[in-house]
Amino acid sequence: MELSDQIAQYLLSGLSTGAIYALIGIGFAIIYNSTDIINFAQGELVMLGGMFTLFFMEKMKLPLPVSILLAVLATIGCGALFERLTIRPLKSPTPLGLIIITIGGSILIRGIVMLVWDKDTHSLPAFSGSEPILIGSATILPQHLWIFALTAVAIAANKLFFQYTITGKAMRACAVNRRAAGLVGIDVRRMVFFSFAISGGLGSLAGIIVAPLTMTSYDVGVMLGLKGFCAAIIGGLTGGVGTVLGGLLLGILESLGAGLISSGYKDAIAFIILLLILFIRPQGLFGRAQTDRV
Amino acid sequence: MRKLQLVVAFIIGLLLSTPVLAAESIRIGALFAITGPASFLGEPERNTLEMLVKEANGKGGIKGRKLELVVYDTQGDATKAVQLATKLIKNDKVSVIVGPSTTGETMAVIPVAEKEKTPLISCAAGIKITEPVKKYVFKTPANDHVAAERIFNYMLAKKQKSVALLTVTDGFGSSGREQLKELAKKKGISVVVDETYGPKDTDMTAQLTKIKGSKAEAIICWGTNPGPAIITRNVKQLGIRIPLYQSHGVASKKYIELAGADNAEGVILPAGKLAIYDKLKHGDPQYKLLKEYDQAYKKAYGIEASTFGGYAYDSFLLISEAIKSGASKPEQIRDSLEKVKKMVSVSGTFSMSSSDHNGLDLSAFEMVKISKGDWEIAK
Repeated sequence: MELSDQIAQYLLSGLSTGAIYALIGIGFAIIYNSTDIINFAQGELVMLGGMFTLFFMEKMKLPLPVSILLAVLATIGCGALFERLTIRPLKSPTPLGLIIITIGGSILIRGIVMLVWDKDTHSLPAFSGSEPILIGSATILPQHLWIFALTAVAIAANKLFFQYTITGKAMRACAVNRRAAGLVGIDVRRMVFFSFAISGGLGSLAGIIVAPLTMTSYDVGVMLGLKGFCAAIIGGLTGGVGTVLGGLLLGILESLGAGLISSGYKDAIAFIILLLILFIRPQGLFGRAQTDRV
Repeated sequence: MRKLQLVVAFIIGLLLSTPVLAAESIRIGALFAITGPASFLGEPERNTLEMLVKEANGKGGIKGRKLELVVYDTQGDATKAVQLATKLIKNDKVSVIVGPSTTGETMAVIPVAEKEKTPLISCAAGIKITEPVKKYVFKTPANDHVAAERIFNYMLAKKQKSVALLTVTDGFGSSGREQLKELAKKKGISVVVDETYGPKDTDMTAQLTKIKGSKAEAIICWGTNPGPAIITRNVKQLGIRIPLYQSHGVASKKYIELAGADNAEGVILPAGKLAIYDKLKHGDPQYKLLKEYDQAYKKAYGIEASTFGGYAYDSFLLISEAIKSGASKPEQIRDSLEKVKKMVSVSGTFSMSSSDHNGLDLSAFEMVKISKGDWEIAK
């Protein structure tokens, strides 16, 4: 295998892992853009998607498409319930308090899943076979194409929703200024509720579509969530193209780092980038400064 | 008054007669990580030990001595393990301790066992436990380097002279990596690529692409699920044709299930014999015992016996050998344990000595190949 062939494979591998990070990152961005909080339980919503699908398929013996649909609905329910039980009852919600609540929530969800299901790793069948696809001298799996497609759909839907629907606009208004949004008649709490439901749905879709590759278990959300968060930060928490580019960049750098330098530094590379961006460009590589987002 | 005299006489009689009626029972202490992150070890260990003690007592004990089992849950926590070990020795006055389940806990408990002169039979695999030899410490799982040596011997038989290592960055992987590198040097095999991956990583194609571009004639992966299963899929995806060896850490059907039978086809690994006993020749000295253990465990708990429970089985068998030779006090049991020779058990055939407190040799593992989603003995 020539070096150029190797680099082609590194790039393709990086793009495919990067797309996973991006998809999870978008979930972070949606909640941030409508509530101004970082939902650290996002990784757990991703995990729930995979675990629910598994449950419906193996325990209820339902076909894969039906299981996926039910799993997405169930996770939307979990996201909504999470908001009702933890975010809404708060008397004076400060962003910091809310963020800490989401961390607590993530530990709780992990614990419940571990007790209700089990501690084993499980795998889901690939949607359309696992025969590798050759692109030049590099290979990817059909499942990666599903991930790319879902990512593209997610960006487009996200854009349409937040730019052109009343609810989407109202949600953005809440992020800019809660009080002002309330004054013009937007039900802020309702918008927060929506954002948790939407990101629950998107997170579960991400979790389901990556499960055939990464497998799933009660604690799979921790690392995936953290990498998704990195992607969102690199992209400036913009919810659209920025986060996707952030995810892809992260994936490619990890893969090139592992291949050309050493795999021991793979995670270090990701987190060094995260720290550098937080220090130097807190608005993200692709984000504009805070005041422009009105 | 007369009544009282009768009662007193009766009690005195009772006290005097007990030692005549039955010999005092022998107390066995056990420390297992029954809950917590290492519960996959502790649970089958406790189940196995409870099953065996019940069975032995049902048959009237060993050499007429009943056994009494005291089990504590360490939750995989080294501090708790030390406290509970002290409790077993001081309060429960046990003659011997089985466990703990993990290497970290065992290392913490060793000073207690040594100081109180109570034999400890650990169910953890770390090489540090019995090397260097400690007077009161024994262990039943085979050392990792025994598995590594089986792989290298197999490679040499197939004339494979260079290898790529892909190990996980946890305790199991990094200790495996050191031992693989050291052993490769001894065996004259060159390590051309030495890569690692994180226990939670989801894609290893980058490391494998590097291996594909190297001159390695084989890959050795050292880790526990799910990493090795993902690597097996990635190897297939990249179309890598050199043989893939896995460690004994994935010698269970779960690995084949996670990797997918198609992807795992042809993967070779050293396996403890319990996982593959139905494939062994019937002349194998362990065959009968493994079959009985598996069936008894299935009957009692409804699931297949695991290698980990086997470690507790070994410990029990070692203790019963010692009791059979007349030992009952901690000091006597320690001396008898050291004299156990050619004892056939689950993990292998044990031959202890004053310089070897593990007592297993290369026959503890069998090289197996995965074919059509099942094991077959690799030739």
